Amino acid sequence: MNNLALIVTVLIVMAVAYQLGLTRSKSVVGGGQRLHSRPGYYGILVALWCGVPTLLLLALWGIFGNDIIQFLVSQQLPPETAAFSEREMLLQMRRIAALASGQNVSDPQQYELSAAAQQARLESLGHLVLLASMSVLAVLGLVLSRRKITPDMRARNHVERVIMVALALSSGVAILTTVGIVLSMIGEAMNFFRFISPADFFFGTTWNPRFSTSGDAGQGEFGLLPLLWGTLMVSSIALLVAIPLGLMTAIYMSEYAPPSLRNVAKPVIEVLAGIPTIVYGFFALIVIGPFLSGLGDLVGISIRTTSALTAGLVMGIMIIPFVSSLSDDIITQVPKALRDGALGLGATKSETIRQVVLPAALPGIVGAFLLAASRAIGETMIVVLAAGNNPVLHANPFEAVSTITVTIVNQLTGDMDFASPQSLVAFALGLTLFVITLGLNVIALVIVRRYRQQYE
Amino acid sequence: MNTITQASRGERLAIIERSLASRHRQEKRFRRLGLAAVVTGMVLVLILFASILMRGLPAFWQATFYLDIHFDSDIVNVSERPIQQEGESNADFRERDFTWQSEVGRVNWQQLIDNALAEALGEEIEPQQTRDLRALVTSAERRTLRDRFIEDQSLLGETHTIKLLASANVDVWIKGNINRDLPDSQQQLSAQTREWADHLYEEGVITNAFSTALFLNTDSRSSLASAGLAGAFMGSLFMMLIVMLLSIPIGVASAIYLEEFAPKNRLTDLIEININNLAAVPSIVFGLLGAAIFIGYLRLPLSAPLVGGLVLTLMTLPTIIIATRAALRSIPNSIRQAALGMGASKVQTVFHHVLPLALPGILTGSILGVAQALGETAPLLLIGMNAFVSNIPATPFDQASALPVQIYLWQGNELRNFFEARTSAAIIVLLALMLSLNALAIWLRKKLETRW
Repeated sequence: MNNLALIVTVLIVMAVAYQLGLTRSKSVVGGGQRLHSRPGYYGILVALWCGVPTLLLLALWGIFGNDIIQFLVSQQLPPETAAFSEREMLLQMRRIAALASGQNVSDPQQYELSAAAQQARLESLGHLVLLASMSVLAVLGLVLSRRKITPDMRARNHVERVIMVALALSSGVAILTTVGIVLSMIGEAMNFFRFISPADFFFGTTWNPRFSTSGDAGQGEFGLLPLLWGTLMVSSIALLVAIPLGLMTAIYMSEYAPPSLRNVAKPVIEVLAGIPTIVYGFFALIVIGPFLSGLGDLVGISIRTTSALTAGLVMGIMIIPFVSSLSDDIITQVPKALRDGALGLGATKSETIRQVVLPAALPGIVGAFLLAASRAIGETMIVVLAAGNNPVLHANPFEAVSTITVTIVNQLTGDMDFASPQSLVAFALGLTLFVITLGLNVIALVIVRRYRQQYE
Repeated sequence: MNTITQASRGERLAIIERSLASRHRQEKRFRRLGLAAVVTGMVLVLILFASILMRGLPAFWQATFYLDIHFDSDIVNVSERPIQQEGESNADFRERDFTWQSEVGRVNWQQLIDNALAEALGEEIEPQQTRDLRALVTSAERRTLRDRFIEDQSLLGETHTIKLLASANVDVWIKGNINRDLPDSQQQLSAQTREWADHLYEEGVITNAFSTALFLNTDSRSSLASAGLAGAFMGSLFMMLIVMLLSIPIGVASAIYLEEFAPKNRLTDLIEININNLAAVPSIVFGLLGAAIFIGYLRLPLSAPLVGGLVLTLMTLPTIIIATRAALRSIPNSIRQAALGMGASKVQTVFHHVLPLALPGILTGSILGVAQALGETAPLLLIGMNAFVSNIPATPFDQASALPVQIYLWQGNELRNFFEARTSAAIIVLLALMLSLNALAIWLRKKLETRW
């Protein structure tokens, strides 16, 4: 029986347990006595007692079962395998596992065959023990909890406590994710800094990670500055495009646009926000890049098809809806009294907006810009396709650049070797990226929150 | 200012009049600037869609041969297909059948295609022209003939019109996606092949037929014309199932906890800030998390939709939590007070009264979150989903690609003339899926929305 079938069986048993609990709770009342909770709660309680420990056991076996068997089998191996490296050992255990599941393995050794037999034996034994203990747990849970049902048992409170625990655990997943991100990044980045000193990484001006296969691993140069510079260049161009367009769109939409235009234009511009970034990247590569390069030829400057300008321009288009919807929210939160006051003094509408509404909304708008900047810095696919991957320090936006995100993708796709600085550097870069965006986000969120409180 | 106060009433009015004109011009200019920004945004959307559609739509039709293939019994010289004997075990029978199938596989199917092409051209093909001839039909179509024969052995000795895909270069040539005036040295096809292709196109042997290969085939390296999206589609489907199964229950549960039950203390404040921040963490960081924890530490398989689904789940979770909290917050307190007043417990209030009312908002937010996950590429590249996969994944543990990753792989293909259109077609498929999810969300919101 595979795990899915086991889970389904447990669920069926739980349904039966629910029925048993339900009928039991109805049968214990009599003689004018009333149940504390509605009968369904007793059913749920019995089902939980029956099912939850059983499923927990199954999960534990799923996580540790294989390791236990592997450990027991590896104890059986002849002493010469003790000298194996971790990788050889892994291969060895895979061969045995393949033999045990009845597949053919080239040139099986005698000791491998006996180990495989042992593994097969342990696996079926383990499965039997698992099945037996799951059944015992289920029956025990069912019988004991069913026996405990009395009219004044507070079943609802028990069930609700279980629900609360489940809800709280769910909200812990978000925390765990952050912890996971921070720990894994820091851990792997530390491994990287054993090869390359942090000073060389953070202040190095050359990016030239040689390939680990060329024999001089660890000799490459991992200077962050060219990548950071490229990132900043592309994001600045993006913000130069997105901020004026986004802000003016937001102002026009919230202050001027007739409802008919608003109803059409708003969803259309929001469509821009839903388009996957890979599509923008492709758009940059086949439309904007050639267009800019042709434009450059016309005026006599050489613009490469894949350049900081191409990537930045398209990234700007991508974050227009982001800037405009955030600014729109913030502008509409400015109290009407401020507007009415300015209009009442004889200011025109544009004067009201520029001299009253915008200054009042400024902190919030700055927050929105910071969020947009953080999004631009973390954007990946557009720059992978359209920035040209040229990690050199230069100030010409018409030339190709490389960014932090592009380099993460380049270093970590292909072979996944967690022992070479060439792969590990991706985590150091990721950590840098995470810290930068986190900083921007925290500042932005604090500003926006403070702004909201000001007008509440 | 001073001049205004010192001036007489008439002069004052004149100054105001004059400045009023410029102020009104300014007003107009500002308003036009705003309109220009809106129009620019809309024009950009238009250009983006128009350029993708213009390039992608032609790729849904592909140069296709309708060839009269004669299943010549001299070439297709194989024994009878085995029939399961009485008392023969299934395994034995399958083994015998398998031997037969590999015998069929060794037949020179290419020869049948060559013969049919020669027939259609009405020419004797010199041996040195075989190369040119074989450049017409894409190489995977040999296997199409083989599969047709395995399905139906009565074809032997008969002639049937069979639909075969032209090679990618022929498709490019016929559609004019390559400059026809380029010298021979820069053309992908030899002069002879080009002449034949044009001839057959005029004859109607080659037509632009709707490309089912794009939807039914998996990616292919050797036979570019038959590369399709089926594998990537299944990979994306598995990932979306995992994302829905995990992120919606967990997201809704944690939103309920934070919004309805959590005590207001430092810990819940921390969780709240944390969720807002997670929503703004770049997606590639989630890819790094997946590479380090799921692949590096837990040793889950590379390129598996399972890992992709888990990474995208973590990425979507904050979106769903935030949307659900907003939906719960929009339910007026009077509902809660009424339920509590009738003696319901807090849990009953939330689950029997608040949650059902908030369901439309939760549903909309969840669909939008899933649509966003569907289009995500960067994190998937880091967990190895950019590997070339030639099978349709059968389970979430098999190697697979995903739609956006397939787009990434195709745009990098060296045969740009062919794959620019193919990639755009893949983008159209992806956008159609995402936009229909978005439309579904908007429709649900419109239909189920309650105004309080």
